[in-house]
Amino acid sequence: MKNDQTLGEILRQQGISRRGFLKFCVATASLLALPPGMVPAIAAALEKARRPSVIWLSFQECTGCTESLTRSDAASIEDLIFNTISLDYHHTLQAASGTGAEDARESAMKENWGKYVLVVDGSIPTGNPGYSTIAGISNVEMLMEAAAGAAAIVAVGSCASFGGIPHASPNPTGAVSVTDLISDKPIVNVPGCPPIPVVIAGVLTHFLTFGIPELDELHRPLAFYGKSIHDRCYRRPFYDKGLFAESFDDEGAKKGWCLYKLGCKGPTTYNACATTKWNQGTSFPIQSGHPCLGCSQPDFWDAGGFYHALSIPTEDTARTVLYGAATGVAAGLALGGLNRARKAHAARKHEKVTINDLEKGG
Amino acid sequence: MARTTLAEFAIEVGDAGTHNVQPLLHEIRHALAQLLEQGKETVIDLRSIPLAPGEEAAIEQALGEGEVRATLSALGPSDFRETSYPGVWVVTHYNRDDQIVGKFVEVTSAPALLRSQTEDIAAGLQRLEARLTQDGGGRVV
Ligand code: SF4
Repeated sequence: MKNDQTLGEILRQQGISRRGFLKFCVATASLLALPPGMVPAIAAALEKARRPSVIWLSFQECTGCTESLTRSDAASIEDLIFNTISLDYHHTLQAASGTGAEDARESAMKENWGKYVLVVDGSIPTGNPGYSTIAGISNVEMLMEAAAGAAAIVAVGSCASFGGIPHASPNPTGAVSVTDLISDKPIVNVPGCPPIPVVIAGVLTHFLTFGIPELDELHRPLAFYGKSIHDRCYRRPFYDKGLFAESFDDEGAKKGWCLYKLGCKGPTTYNACATTKWNQGTSFPIQSGHPCLGCSQPDFWDAGGFYHALSIPTEDTARTVLYGAATGVAAGLALGGLNRARKAHAARKHEKVTINDLEKGG
Repeated sequence: MARTTLAEFAIEVGDAGTHNVQPLLHEIRHALAQLLEQGKETVIDLRSIPLAPGEEAAIEQALGEGEVRATLSALGPSDFRETSYPGVWVVTHYNRDDQIVGKFVEVTSAPALLRSQTEDIAAGLQRLEARLTQDGGGRVV
């Protein structure tokens, strides 16, 4: 399939009707969190879109992000990969291996220099180059070479976006994110551990239709990361009434009350889980009774324990507050009003600080 | 020793609602009035609203079943159901693996995708002409 054909031409060649195409556009509008009234604009843009060459590099990662993408229910993954992008290199999904695979990467780069989309998952070790290599080439070297010819870079997953788990203290490999190394290219971060499958697909589709999406301060697309989990959580009425589960098997937990005291990071986490949900819109962690871990935020692994309430002091609270502020956390959040003296005292004494203590302290 | 059963861990959702059902029904009422008075159509994306478990079903139940049900078969099935309120349709699109890719409330006299599309009509005409040419061995005028 040639890359210079438009998507409209390709779909027609495959016998897909105009109705089928419009249905795809309706699903795309929903996926991109655009109002349904945008469908004609999406149809016009997709009709003319040309399949971009995509080179996907995987560095220090667990393959969870690729697993997530291949479970995308947006359009079926086959449609996404074969119709809307030309996936020229992905060492997990491609059939070629060894020198054949590396040749494919090099020739795709050469043929599409300056035009291809570079997708990266995994963090990049900056310590010993031997910590992570592909075909004997260090991750840093491969990234810098591929980035030089890319039109744009999509960092998929929290590792590529923020360093992720490899970057967690004590960060033995010196792992860094894509934005730590590259500043002269448009970079879109799609964090999450893993990211929601349809969000990965949505960002790639946005490239095709309207180019680089609108981003927040952490390079995340606002369409998916513009609202906190807490803003859109169905348990929010309980939070507002002060009704909290205190343990995983108490009455509050059984009644579906707010999980804040069990460590929910929903108030400082920006992602689409509460509305898009997982497994074809079936559920998301909070709906299953588990607090949000905050996996789409920088350094979530070092944020003081998954089961510690946000109001409980952590070594890294200053950073948590900073990231929260950077993304516009709602005023009045318990963290914002943290009584620092009380917190420092509790940290020394290893006491628990409850929401009630903080409210008392103001 | 009494063993803990799975049911004891079940999360009750009866009173865990977002209270979004009633406002949504009001939004539909406004949209329906607009359709009647100004002919303006509205589409509401059900997947963009925070809903508690069971609330999507509650909305569908409140809207009820109407006179028309249609299925479209293009890139997977789509289900068009007029509700008990004429002009209010629940539309569900599935992909080829039967997974839901979109769910909408459409306030319209007929969902746009049910109509034959101009491009498809043109392609159909070409096919019919080609067939008749082949069958009759001559040109279609
Ligand atoms: S703290 Fe967590 S469970 Fe509670 S309302 Fe916020 S996001 Fe939902």
